[in-house]
Amino acid sequence: MTRSSAWTAPGCHLGCGLLIYAKDGKVERVEGDPDNPYNQGRLCPRCLAVDDIVNHEKRIIYPLKRDLADRGKDKWQRISWDEALDTIERRFKEYKEKYGAESVVFLQGTGRDIAPYITRLAWSFGSPNYAFSLSNVACFGPRIFAANMLAGVFMVADYGQQFIDRYDNPQYKNPGLVAVWGNNAVVANSDGAYGHWVTDVLQRGAKLLVIDPRLTWLAAHADLWLQIRPGSDGALALGMANVMIQEKLYDEQFVQDWCFGFKKFAALCAEWTPERVAEVCWVEAGDVVAAARLFASSAPVMVQQGVAIDQREDCYDASRAILSLLAITGNIEKPGTMVVMPEFLKYITGWGRDLLPYEQEDKRIGADDLVVYKLGLHVASINKMIDHLIEQPAAYPLKASWLQTVNLIACGAVDNERTHAAFSGLEFNVAVDLFMTPTAMAFCDLFLPVTTFTERDGIRCGDNSQRGETINAAVPPRGECRSDMEINLELGRRFNATAWPWENVGEMFSHIFAESGMDFYQVQATAPSYLPFEYEKFLSGKMRADGKPGFPTPSGKLELFSKSLEFMGLDPLPRYVEPPMTPFSQPELAQEYPLVLQTGARRHNTFHSENRQSSRLRAMHPEPTVMIHPETAANLGVRDGQWVWVEGPVGLTGRVARAKRLAEVTPIVDPRCASADHGWWRPEADPENLYDVNELNINNLISWSTGLTGIGANYKCILCKIYPVKENE
Amino acid sequence: MAKKALLVNYLWCTGCHSCELACQVKNNFPPGQFGIKLNRVGPWKYAPKKWQYSYFPLLTDQCHFCADRLAENKLPSCVQHCQANCLQILAPEEAARIAAANPGMIFMSK
Ligand code: SF4
Ligand code: SF4
Ligand code: SF4
Repeated sequence: MTRSSAWTAPGCHLGCGLLIYAKDGKVERVEGDPDNPYNQGRLCPRCLAVDDIVNHEKRIIYPLKRDLADRGKDKWQRISWDEALDTIERRFKEYKEKYGAESVVFLQGTGRDIAPYITRLAWSFGSPNYAFSLSNVACFGPRIFAANMLAGVFMVADYGQQFIDRYDNPQYKNPGLVAVWGNNAVVANSDGAYGHWVTDVLQRGAKLLVIDPRLTWLAAHADLWLQIRPGSDGALALGMANVMIQEKLYDEQFVQDWCFGFKKFAALCAEWTPERVAEVCWVEAGDVVAAARLFASSAPVMVQQGVAIDQREDCYDASRAILSLLAITGNIEKPGTMVVMPEFLKYITGWGRDLLPYEQEDKRIGADDLVVYKLGLHVASINKMIDHLIEQPAAYPLKASWLQTVNLIACGAVDNERTHAAFSGLEFNVAVDLFMTPTAMAFCDLFLPVTTFTERDGIRCGDNSQRGETINAAVPPRGECRSDMEINLELGRRFNATAWPWENVGEMFSHIFAESGMDFYQVQATAPSYLPFEYEKFLSGKMRADGKPGFPTPSGKLELFSKSLEFMGLDPLPRYVEPPMTPFSQPELAQEYPLVLQTGARRHNTFHSENRQSSRLRAMHPEPTVMIHPETAANLGVRDGQWVWVEGPVGLTGRVARAKRLAEVTPIVDPRCASADHGWWRPEADPENLYDVNELNINNLISWSTGLTGIGANYKCILCKIYPVKENE
Repeated sequence: MAKKALLVNYLWCTGCHSCELACQVKNNFPPGQFGIKLNRVGPWKYAPKKWQYSYFPLLTDQCHFCADRLAENKLPSCVQHCQANCLQILAPEEAARIAAANPGMIFMSK
């Protein structure tokens, strides 16, 4: 038995602690690790069925190549690692010499332990064009950016995850209220927060406020549920703040001591009367008042915020509006509120930024005209990259791509017609993955097979509260698979030997842990090791570089009016902006496309585009669905379980796209809305039809527009119509 | 085998399916077969702001109460992995006593 952590495929963001049972070098099953404080022995279905993925017959276990002329055809040929790596080295170096390192782009999918090694590979190669696959970095990044603009730091809900003894730690206090906002927490397990921590704190007495367009299980069991119109969360937050201010329910002392810009913020909120909120958000005015009162009277309060807030154009304003509610009620850095968690590895902002030559920085795609990219983020804008790929300006051509852990056209990317065209225009694309994917099949020329977490070592620090923990190999790699880190170390060494001075990945991991005084093997032996933590660090001066009390913002306070955003020329106040594709902003289009569509509904059995190969998991939800209300279904003549088309405008491109779905008729959605799950392809289908991805992908209804600022994309508030699929379609 | 009972606090069961999968993989049952199976009741609205929306896990003929795990001093697989900590396997009398004294309990003996 091997104790490990699932912080890489086929595990998810969370990296739950687990025990891997193996026999004769083969994974037999896994169990939750009862001694791991993080998940305390629990697991979600996905890790329980991990052996289905690890041992799957369709895993790619040898490097493969394919002729450029055969893109889209199932004509892969097995090659040796030497040939694969030599080819990549030779071609990437040629492009670098002829066109500059920026001509090679590096992409990743969802962030797990692989992220730092991808950034280091890109930057040490000399390319500033490292990008995240989701349109406008619409996941997690906007929340972090918003928090930094308001508080100078990122804060998460406090479930005692920073303590080895968790809820029993004497410093910890159970929240009086958990507000679950745009997050189907117990299904999603998102961003480092174990979803059932919510039920843990509810069982310990917390009240529950849910803000969600759908009746999730949590919503049905909440003290108060507001069935909000998708995309209007910012308006609701401002409206709740208005009630708190009008009724003097906020923490006046805390605001006076620690908030900056309260008067201007209050003036903005005053525009948002409960009646106006009711109209914009499709909720009852009385509920806006009730939510504000509940929030303001239940300290300590935490907000469990989901990706829904990141997935629209006014993302960081909506996030700031929500954070402002916490700020004016003093629910910051106290036990059971929102706190800054310990961190030893700054993996969110990437590893190896210092390796990127200064003159390369200016070439980063998006940094020239998107101020948030120029001043706030380190990634390139994938939206601008798609434009750039299609236009291929002579002065700055793009030639090759490195696609590691990213099934672009089945998952994060939008408008596949354009995505496909963009990447097909490159001369050389490399996929690094577990299975043959629609993305690799569509336009990659080389495929490098990687190990799952059961077959390799790694560092597990976490997206939320970090701690020293390791991923530990339980079985040898299948076939010739190598870990992402081994691959990147080997290639990195060939590109830039001084940036990758380590003999092996163990040495590299030890280097990352160096500050802790331990090497990788000591961390492995003592894991999980917890970092020191204290509450209210703004009082003790531990938040600011100068050691003075306060927050690391220009004013030293929580900035309800953000000076940093003002400096960037952006709106300093968290103003609500109506998303571009709604019945309010597009009343004419809405005549033809009357339903508000949310994509990305989370399912228990899948993590994004993964897990669909497992027969155990697939049986739980075998096909892509779209949820529609019984009344709507009746009007459309659609029965539960019937195949339908979900059709809508591709943003404002003037084009229309559709996706095939099974109708799931359920009262959990509003009659005016529909909700679809994402990441769909059929691994069992014809590879040369790209595993049906084009027919199923719901993101085809979303455009690559950069929107207001280049962060936040409208995955969760677009327009559609739904009609039955005809025979033979 | 001594009689045992599954005690569920259904007020907390979120319908996460972990119990089903935990049982299935532990016992190597084929996809679709379980020693414990979720049943959903709802969702429907029965009064303003009031929803019936609950999950009730029930034992099937294939449950053997994880005798092998109990012998190793481990919790039954479904109980250990239950994400909402709402399952217990107990002697039927004990389960009946707790169910009588607390709201939201169901128990099923075998
Ligand atoms: S949440 Fe589920 S998939 Fe993610 S690490 Fe935990 S058990 Fe694995
Ligand atoms: S006690 Fe064991 S056999 Fe019975 S349902 Fe639970 S996991 Fe399955
Ligand atoms: S594991 Fe627990 S919470 Fe999840 S469905 Fe089973 S009984 Fe319910």
